[in-house]
Amino acid sequence: MSRPERSAEIAALYQEMILDHYRRPRNKGALERADASVEMKNPLCGDEITLQLAFDGSGVSDLRFSGRGCSISQASASMMTQLVKGKAAEEIDALRNRFRDMMLGDASAVTDEKLGSLRALSGVARFPARVKCALLAWNALESAMAERGT
Amino acid sequence: MKLRPDFPLLANNPGLHYLDSAATSQKPRAVLDAIRDFYETSNANPHRGAYSLSVRATERYHQSRVRIASFLGVADPDCLNFTRGTTEGLNLVAGAWGMANVASGDEIVVTAMDHHANFVPWQVLAMRKGAKFRVCELTPDGRIDLDFLSRLLNGHTKIVAITHVSNALGTINPLEEIVRLVREKTDAILVCDGAQSAPHFPVSFDSLGVDFFAFSGHKMLGPMGIGGLIGKREMLEEMPPYQTGGDMIEFVHDDRTTWNVLPHKFEAGTPNAANAVGLAAAVEYLDNIGMDRVRSHERALMSVVQERLAAIDGLRIYGPPASERSGVVSFTLADVHPHDLATILDGDGVCIRAGHHCAQPLMRRLDVPATARASFYVYNDERDIDALVAGIMKAREIFGYVPA
Repeated sequence: MSRPERSAEIAALYQEMILDHYRRPRNKGALERADASVEMKNPLCGDEITLQLAFDGSGVSDLRFSGRGCSISQASASMMTQLVKGKAAEEIDALRNRFRDMMLGDASAVTDEKLGSLRALSGVARFPARVKCALLAWNALESAMAERGT
Repeated sequence: MKLRPDFPLLANNPGLHYLDSAATSQKPRAVLDAIRDFYETSNANPHRGAYSLSVRATERYHQSRVRIASFLGVADPDCLNFTRGTTEGLNLVAGAWGMANVASGDEIVVTAMDHHANFVPWQVLAMRKGAKFRVCELTPDGRIDLDFLSRLLNGHTKIVAITHVSNALGTINPLEEIVRLVREKTDAILVCDGAQSAPHFPVSFDSLGVDFFAFSGHKMLGPMGIGGLIGKREMLEEMPPYQTGGDMIEFVHDDRTTWNVLPHKFEAGTPNAANAVGLAAAVEYLDNIGMDRVRSHERALMSVVQERLAAIDGLRIYGPPASERSGVVSFTLADVHPHDLATILDGDGVCIRAGHHCAQPLMRRLDVPATARASFYVYNDERDIDALVAGIMKAREIFGYVPA
């Protein structure tokens, strides 16, 4: 790959929105009463996240995350919490699959408005070594949702 | 030194700035040619055939051992056992000597700067044997705290495992002083992780004073998958074998087996002869440069990189002063995560390592989840430093400067 092309991809990766969520993460902290709590780490890079969920009848009524990591993992976690808060379980499953599609380079996911601000992370797909950073919070979400039972 | 043309990967990628030699080095054409030549002219299974091709393979394998032993100051080449690399060498000592000699109540000492390869095998051994696993603390600037070490050592200490050079910080440890301390206060064996020393300055095993020394070929211009464990003859002879199978046996009966002599005793199975030949070519290449020159070249680069990086606002360098480090600089930049930094540098063809460098106990003590690490070798020059600095400035521009 040519250098200028890579440079443009790097500019696309580090958008203002991502840096903003990195520096001012939303929904960061702990819930007073959590129904599910999942800790996940990426041993390769040391990124870590603790995700707490509060459930209501249909899905997730509230959630918080804590931990540390690179801008991609932190921004992904922050934007994810904004997106899934108040949504039903089936809808969250669908969003999670959609986000994963986008990380695997699915072009239709990039224009899917349901993903909202998370589309700012679409550039990560061009950096295979960083996809795991973007997925960390979502993997934690999947595991925490499993604690909801049926 | 203008060695870049000798390295095909670097010669073919003029814009590439490879600053990750502490992870693995690039390979000169001489090494690649030697491996190819072995397969094209001498390939047969060493030690097996009565035919002349197998004899040639055996000879080339043997000559490689002699050449590498001489490079590392080992008078008795049979005391150099080929392994896959440092990790296997250290596991060999833990598995063979350790399992046979360590008992409940004994103590094993490692340091907080050791690579997981010189940490975990000892931790596992201690747990299996009910021995105490003790970790020597470091000074704030990333050296072994010798007073702490001295207090850790006692009559129960059975093994002291210490890295010669820290892979994460570049700290060159005062091995002579450590050997004296250990000999004075214990009857322990001394195991040295030489993965980061053998490639970068002259090492003479026979005068180091340690009992075992493990190294990796791929970090010293050789191929991957070959390295060695050097040990004192009497200890290697006393130890039980590590793996069993072909080549390492003498006589196999239905009810018992006797072991082959050194060095075959610790080399079960078909040896990695081609890569041993490649590693011999690598040490030949290093000897032609001269290991003193390798060291002075890296020192000169380190003093430049130290000065250039220290001038960047918000950049923090870990470890002791540059003069006491090998060709490694470990750093963080304000609140930019090292992975983000590595991605941005990669965009400009600069390869650095970001992460915990297989030294999580050290990272915990530095209280950082990760650092960025640039490491230098014979083919690097000041242009690589220029590219590193330019990439760091670009990262600052992208992230905006916010003091951590």
